[in-house]
Amino acid sequence: MNNPVIETKKLSLFYGAHQALKAVCMAVPERGITSLIGPSGCGKSTFLRTIDRMNDLVPGVRVEGELHYRGENVYAAGTDVTELRRQIGMVFQRPNPFPMSIYDNVAYGPRTHGIRSRVQLDAIVEESLQKAAIWDEVKDRLKAPALGLSGGQQQRLCIARALAVKPDVLLMDEATSALDPISTSKIEELVTELKKDYTIIMVTHNMQQAARISDQTAFFLLGELVEFGETEAIFSMPRDKRTEDYITGRFG
Amino acid sequence: MRTTFDQQLDKLKEELTKMGALCEQGITAAIAGLMTGDGEKAREAIAIDAEIDRMEREIEDDCLRLLLRQQPVARDLRQISAALKMITDMERIGDQTTDISEIVLQLIGTGYTERLEHLGEMAKATAKMVTGSVDAFVQQDLALAKRVVEYDDVVDDLFCQSRANLIEDIRRDSGCGEEAIDFLMVAKYFERIGDHATNIAEWVAFSITGRHGFGQEDGDGTDLRDDSEK
Repeated sequence: MNNPVIETKKLSLFYGAHQALKAVCMAVPERGITSLIGPSGCGKSTFLRTIDRMNDLVPGVRVEGELHYRGENVYAAGTDVTELRRQIGMVFQRPNPFPMSIYDNVAYGPRTHGIRSRVQLDAIVEESLQKAAIWDEVKDRLKAPALGLSGGQQQRLCIARALAVKPDVLLMDEATSALDPISTSKIEELVTELKKDYTIIMVTHNMQQAARISDQTAFFLLGELVEFGETEAIFSMPRDKRTEDYITGRFG
Repeated sequence: MRTTFDQQLDKLKEELTKMGALCEQGITAAIAGLMTGDGEKAREAIAIDAEIDRMEREIEDDCLRLLLRQQPVARDLRQISAALKMITDMERIGDQTTDISEIVLQLIGTGYTERLEHLGEMAKATAKMVTGSVDAFVQQDLALAKRVVEYDDVVDDLFCQSRANLIEDIRRDSGCGEEAIDFLMVAKYFERIGDHATNIAEWVAFSITGRHGFGQEDGDGTDLRDDSEK
């Protein structure tokens, strides 16, 4: 693959004695949606969290192998983790807006990165909310508390907040599993739009979602990357029997 | 959940097997009617076709229900989509056995069976393809499916031969034109049945391999011709 955005080389991760990732080698291409699927405990969320080094926060965690972001090993000594997390944003399963106004939620990131100009912040907030397809719904109440929004709106606000710091990669950890079908479909449309500008990697338990919107799909099992390829190929003719058994619901 | 789905897939296979068996019965009856001028057999083929039509609608409903409710992927999806395509070809085979039988019913009493020599071989070859394609499905036999597809050339050649013979007959005796054209239609129906059997065999292969067409490795080196045809 030419210049993958994320590339792992024999990436293993241990929680104490438990090995959660087993020598994963995977290259995620630029722009597009990559789904990570697999049964609970297979390592897909762990894998997602190694990308922006969120796992550093877990006590007793140990990483072996390499994970390159645009050619740089993010586990090399001297990596600026704050800058890494600016470039690689994360959206979680449950919408988690800060208990502040809609505006301040989106402006939070840029402010921490030192932007103080009101004009500049206004522009960033509007642009981010536009990109997250929620601007029209909130533009008249930017000062209202974010927690007053519906779950689906809160999740799009969280996406806007992630976009506000101008990231390169968006990680989504089951970002629609707590939402109703209409909110889910709005988020799906949104990420389909966002993939033109961003590299999106998402964990999902919803097989139809992976089939519907992702370009590549990776199947994890017991910490191992079993199969990784074009979504259509994975869902029509998986090469590995374990992939076939999982996606057809024979286990997991 | 998977148990129910597996049972539904098993039932789908059973129904397709039944429909395939009806196609075989239909073509057998149509050929018997044609070769011996037996109106009973011809009418039997037509009655079987009605049953084939009914089964097509039933299986189509089953497939659409499975697609809707199970949202199948991978092998499951291939099996169901192949089933949807195969029943169309089976239904056409039924139609063509009816078409042949209707011609037979018109011809009875004209002594036409005396002059059938080119069509017997073609009928036999076509029936062999239908049986082969149904067996390939039932046994999920990729090599047999490949043999059926390859054998279509034999039926095509027989059609060209029959056509040439019929032209020759008309040239020799222009009075036999009407019957010759009926025979030509029958030959064409057999040729089309061969094409539908080919399609069925190709869908069997698709549901097994996920590919359209065959590779070298899919065959077992044998073919459907018996010694007399080589």
